[in-house]
Amino acid sequence: MKPLKPISRFLIAVSALLMISAYFVPLWQILMWAPQYPEGLEMDIWINNITGDVKIISALNHYIGMKHIEVEMFPEFHYMIYIVGFLIVFGLLVALLNRRFLLWSFVSLLLVTGVAALVDFYLWGYDYGHNLDPTAAIVVPGMSYQPPLIGTKQLLNFTAFSGPDIGGWIFLVAALLSIGILIFEIKKNKSQA
Amino acid sequence: MKTSIIHRVLSVLVILATLIVWQGCKPKAPDSVSIGDAASRVYVAPGKYDEFYNFVSGGFNGQMSVYGIPSGRLFKILPVFSVFPESGYGYSEETKPMLNTSHGYVPWDDLHHIALSTTKGEHDGRWAFGNANNTPRVARVGLKSFRTEEILEIPNSGGNHSSPFITENTEYLVAGTRFSVPMGNNKDVPISSYKENFKGSISFVKIDPQSGRMNIAFQLRTPGFNYDLSRAGKGPSHGWFFFSCYNTEQAYTLLEVNASQNDKDFIMAVNWKKAEEYIAQGKGKIEKAKYAHNVYDEKTHMATSTMEDEVTVLDVMELPDIVYFIPCPKSPHGCDVDPSGEYIVGSGKLAAMMPVFSFTKIQTAIANKDYEGDFGGIPVIKYESALHGEVKKPGLGPLHTEFDEKGNAYTSMFVSSEIVKWNVKTLEVLDRVPTYYSIGHLSVPGGPTSKPHGKYVIAYNKITKDRYLPTGPELTQSAQLYDISGDKMRLLLDFPTVGEPHYAEALPASLISANSTKLYKIEENENPYAAKGEGQARVERKGNEVHVYMTAIRSHLTPDNIEGVRVGDDVYFHVTNLEQDWDVPHGFAIRGAINAEILIMPGETQTLKWKPLVAGVIPFYCTDFCSALHQEMSGYIRISPPGSSVPLKFSTGVIEGQASGAGQ
Repeated sequence: MKPLKPISRFLIAVSALLMISAYFVPLWQILMWAPQYPEGLEMDIWINNITGDVKIISALNHYIGMKHIEVEMFPEFHYMIYIVGFLIVFGLLVALLNRRFLLWSFVSLLLVTGVAALVDFYLWGYDYGHNLDPTAAIVVPGMSYQPPLIGTKQLLNFTAFSGPDIGGWIFLVAALLSIGILIFEIKKNKSQA
Repeated sequence: MKTSIIHRVLSVLVILATLIVWQGCKPKAPDSVSIGDAASRVYVAPGKYDEFYNFVSGGFNGQMSVYGIPSGRLFKILPVFSVFPESGYGYSEETKPMLNTSHGYVPWDDLHHIALSTTKGEHDGRWAFGNANNTPRVARVGLKSFRTEEILEIPNSGGNHSSPFITENTEYLVAGTRFSVPMGNNKDVPISSYKENFKGSISFVKIDPQSGRMNIAFQLRTPGFNYDLSRAGKGPSHGWFFFSCYNTEQAYTLLEVNASQNDKDFIMAVNWKKAEEYIAQGKGKIEKAKYAHNVYDEKTHMATSTMEDEVTVLDVMELPDIVYFIPCPKSPHGCDVDPSGEYIVGSGKLAAMMPVFSFTKIQTAIANKDYEGDFGGIPVIKYESALHGEVKKPGLGPLHTEFDEKGNAYTSMFVSSEIVKWNVKTLEVLDRVPTYYSIGHLSVPGGPTSKPHGKYVIAYNKITKDRYLPTGPELTQSAQLYDISGDKMRLLLDFPTVGEPHYAEALPASLISANSTKLYKIEENENPYAAKGEGQARVERKGNEVHVYMTAIRSHLTPDNIEGVRVGDDVYFHVTNLEQDWDVPHGFAIRGAINAEILIMPGETQTLKWKPLVAGVIPFYCTDFCSALHQEMSGYIRISPPGSSVPLKFSTGVIEGQASGAGQ
């Protein structure tokens, strides 16, 4: 049971505390532009909500048979607050209990959570973009409208962009910090051994 | 230890750099294009004239408006289907009958399309026609006087949208119903009996080649669905008319979804020469129908409204060879015929490509009975047999197509908000240019005729958004002028429009300007209430009607003192403008008038009705700043209580003995 360096314990605590921001700022953003929307349309995904021009986007997307975006569509909003809470408590425990295997577990958990979130978002996007109402007014043969996972994509007259919002970036920084600490701890151990 | 600190600092920097690059990768909103010498291209120096007149429909303002191209300057709002208090149109006793219908007086409508008269397929500058989309009517505007001269109501129509498209010699104007409705004797039927009871109706309105007078020659009774837009054939296809049809699903609710299900709707080809033959053979059925026919007489300066009572109907489901259907993808909107008359462009507004049909192939297919089936007994020509070819990936939401003189077509794309230029023969897309935003109709000078003038294309947009200073939630409507003289289209000018512009036509100014009416000759004024000189000015009482025969000349009204009028009288001010000089209209307004003012052109007579409600002395005055002493151009009418014995008298410039005051 190897203990951690004091600086690592401090930074892990900082990393965990940074994640608290997830409750106060949006995590992810989807932006859309069209010739008629030079000012752009925005959709912000929070830990338990979705805000922005959701109604306008839904109204436009119904022509091509996409579902109306509703908070109720996302069961994730019910348990994401607990998952993030668990991560924060876990991080603080790592700092408190000062055990390297706990740090390993924490970082692994962060990675698994991150990957799971992206997979979950991709699957939702796939369903949203492919599962279209066959009676929609505009049916372009062979066309689907899956939003980009990360980055930019042209969908008919819309340019869509998907990427982290401020909360997502903070979360990423926190995760990178934790990974960095783990690498630092491993290197330190090797040089001491 | 030091190196690891450097490493750490470096890695933080890398992360930061990644972040910045990431943000930079987000696509930016489209910038407005830089347009070089555009300012000088649209500049018309003070006192100089524009090259083209642009007659633009006003949509929900019910009027036409007249702009100059290339300056985009507004010259006139020309009242057609809606009242216009500024001139008294629809308020004056002379013009009220213009807005009479079988429903009574209808003071508003929705004017969508313009057709400028043509001879041998070319603009002749005689008349502009407009449609009333709501209470079905067509109007004819004289291009000498720029006045609405005739309005004809269209019976058996549920909304006159595919109208007023004309044949190449202005023989006929069509009026096709957008909405099918129950027709005949039993109109009180369940809405759900659409398929069984609802019918379409296409009226062919004959235009008198001399007077321009309109009358309904015959109506085609057609299958029940929606008739959207139309164009006449020309050259080789003269004798035919083409209509876009949607809702062949025959939906009667939530059309947004239910009328968008069929992969193909129809272009309806109408052989109107054949229809004329049937009429000549007496195959038409006379049906009872009530509709108003309103004509404005330039000599009497008065409109009269006549109620017509029958129409001749040809049922195309019973009489063969008048109508054929051509499958056209996804709810076609525009249905435009190229200058040669050979190609017909169907714009399926929900389709991912645009079919262009060939008139020759359609004729061959009909001759060979190359049909894929029928709809309501009407042959449906095989799509491939009628097709010249498809324009591949033209853009999203194609609506309307205009043509230039070089064999190119210009199609408006509502969804992708652009104009797409393509070659009619090769169907190759040549250029595309964005519009701001969501273009509806477009206009090339002479674009729908056999001889387009090219040079410009004007976009009439449905969304303006950030293009002008904001004016609250309701923003200005807008048009945009593009140069099409080169290979690439270039945006030259944005200009605001009144009403909501739908279709518009432009023609060389020289076709109209030289013939423009300057004034009406007073000696030709046949208005029964005219006072053709101050000596004829007078006031007459007929029961409780008081007729004031008033003259207006710089800078007084005659009479300007009137007494002996009582509360409860109906006072008619018949004002004759005695001026015989260019650009000297007079106006007339009186306090408390519940209608409007009237503007009276030189040599003209117009009448404002006024009902005094309280006793007193009421001023009236000239509203059109006519002269240096315009402010002096006013008068008084004395209103006495009911039953008063004040004698009727009138005068101008008579100073009577007074108890006190400056007059003595």
